[in-house]
Amino acid sequence: MTLTGSTGIHQESRAPRADARLFAGIADPGYAAHLATFGPLNFAVIGSELVAELERSGLTGRGGAGFPAGQKSRAVLLGSARGWTPSSVVIANGAEGEPRSLKDSTLLRVAPHLVIDGLLASARALGASKMYLYASGAGLEFVRHAIAERKDARGIRLVEAPDTFVSGEASAVVNSIENGVALPKDRVVRLTTSGLRRRPTVVHNIETLAHVALIARYGAGWFRAAGTNGDPGTRLVTVSGSIVAERVLEVPGDQSVREILAACGCAENNVGAVLVGGYHGAWLGRAQLGTPLSAAALAPYGAHPGAGVLYVIGAEECGLRISADIVRFLATESARQCGPCMFGLPEMANILNRIAVGQKDRSLRRELESLMGSVIGRGSCHHPDGTARFVASTLRTFSADVEAHFTGHCVRCHGI
Amino acid sequence: MNEAMWAFGRVSGIVSLILFTVTLLLGVLTRSGRPLPGLPRFSISLIHRNTSLLALVFLVLHVGALMLDSYAHLSIADIFVPFLGTYKPFWQGLGTVALDLVIAIVVTSLFRRRIGARAFKVLHWFTYAMWPIALAHAIGNGTNGTSRFFLLFAVGSVAVVLAAVVWRMSSRFIESARAREKAIH
Amino acid sequence: MSPTPSHQTLHIDWTKCDGRGLCTELIPDLLERDKWGYPVARKSAPADRSNVDVAYTRLEAAREAVELCPLLALSLGPVRQT
Repeated sequence: MTLTGSTGIHQESRAPRADARLFAGIADPGYAAHLATFGPLNFAVIGSELVAELERSGLTGRGGAGFPAGQKSRAVLLGSARGWTPSSVVIANGAEGEPRSLKDSTLLRVAPHLVIDGLLASARALGASKMYLYASGAGLEFVRHAIAERKDARGIRLVEAPDTFVSGEASAVVNSIENGVALPKDRVVRLTTSGLRRRPTVVHNIETLAHVALIARYGAGWFRAAGTNGDPGTRLVTVSGSIVAERVLEVPGDQSVREILAACGCAENNVGAVLVGGYHGAWLGRAQLGTPLSAAALAPYGAHPGAGVLYVIGAEECGLRISADIVRFLATESARQCGPCMFGLPEMANILNRIAVGQKDRSLRRELESLMGSVIGRGSCHHPDGTARFVASTLRTFSADVEAHFTGHCVRCHGI
Repeated sequence: MNEAMWAFGRVSGIVSLILFTVTLLLGVLTRSGRPLPGLPRFSISLIHRNTSLLALVFLVLHVGALMLDSYAHLSIADIFVPFLGTYKPFWQGLGTVALDLVIAIVVTSLFRRRIGARAFKVLHWFTYAMWPIALAHAIGNGTNGTSRFFLLFAVGSVAVVLAAVVWRMSSRFIESARAREKAIH
Repeated sequence: MSPTPSHQTLHIDWTKCDGRGLCTELIPDLLERDKWGYPVARKSAPADRSNVDVAYTRLEAAREAVELCPLLALSLGPVRQT
């Protein structure tokens, strides 16, 4: 299936296999190998119909929020259709603030040209006048090298992202590029209406853009050939924690957590729980490992694929202690601009820690729940919301542990 | 007539200084975010603003009366440019400096929505400079400046303002200080 | 016949708010206060407590809150979908 406006050269049979798409070219990240693996992409013929193709593909953002990629771009097109708007900006967001995620840095290392292609294609589709790539210093080095290999990417401006948790938040990305401060800003209008220097701005995760680069070549139908109707395409996941070695793999949509762990050689009876989605995600207990890694399947557990993070803890590890450490981390990573987050998160960390070390005070649970309710929605970004969601999931999945701790025992490790 | 102008000029100056002193104290109270019995926070904020405007009115009367008084020899330039005057140029100059600061502070306060919170805040900090300068001007320049009553009043004002400033810098100054400290240890 | 004047949205800019509490005094039916001093929207859904729906009858009081906020953390605007 070819896409009107694409090169039309590559037939579907030459497109990458279902389970190795973004990683089809990892043997050689160079430009020549990239062209040999995926074929060229004629940017000159790309126009706004790419947005329609993205909508048909069902591609959702791979940065954590999972917002439909086509919809984001469509918002910019609709805005300009309503009247004159300044030309738009496309930002490739590679700031991997999630400590348990390695997929973005890996992608920049093994397939920078896919990211660049996706950025160029998106900019063409929207008629954007400016393109930015925002990533860590190390990641930018790979990108710089890749840009030097080709002639069409000189217009991409590279901006270094600090190594903080909130640096990848969309308004923080724009703030960082505009003012050098990678902190979220209060937003009254959406970025797609008014973002970087008041221009309509689209911020896409770099993995999302890599998928865009392939959809621009092979079309929405090809994209949907992997995964399922509800979760089409593939995604990158980072598996880390109590396993032999942390890995980044590409998996089709709706693949179960169990299968992904098996592909990493993880013995299921050693698994205590799996944190899905990152530090703003949710825990799955061992009984729930059959759950597919998709938004729809994870929703009943209060979870979401997020940035494709799977963090495994062993059967002997105390989930409460680990969770308390995570909340402590999230508290220190607060931008400290908004009161409820600045004060609420450290207080939640304190209370969860007291539960984790075995303080036999049942009122702590109620206090924690009350704090969770108090911070949600009261900040300029979703850091407090994500943290509250994580704490809620901790109390749910490890409720037996919480009860045990209140009676002075830890069911995982021996003694507290 | 001149005597009356001169007297009125001095009195309105003293009244203005008293009102600015009260304004400063109310400003510190406003910043603490604490109410008073019977006076909610928003009332304190409004009274602080109104007192400052009243002080400004008396300041205008003070300057106006002295301009009309032939003895003071005040010209328009003297009002805005300090240290040009012929009568006690240094002490009068301090008055001009204080007046310039007041104008800047009041204007930025009136337009704070337009200039933004940061610019407003920076200018407002100058009130801590404006007040002692105004007091020094009153002591050095005024005919009653060094009289016993006035010096007593001056010492009293300094004591009160100093107490307010010490309170301003204390760790439990704002109302929710304790709860906030407890949260972040 | 012109439409009846409807409600507006009071937006809280948390990056500016310092929990001074003047707004919670002026529109206590819409905003209460947490223990650190910050406003809590009473009637909004939990996920959206940065935007408070202000009925026509409370617009005047809300405008005062906007004007008096020491940090300029409040703004009033047409009803927005978030």
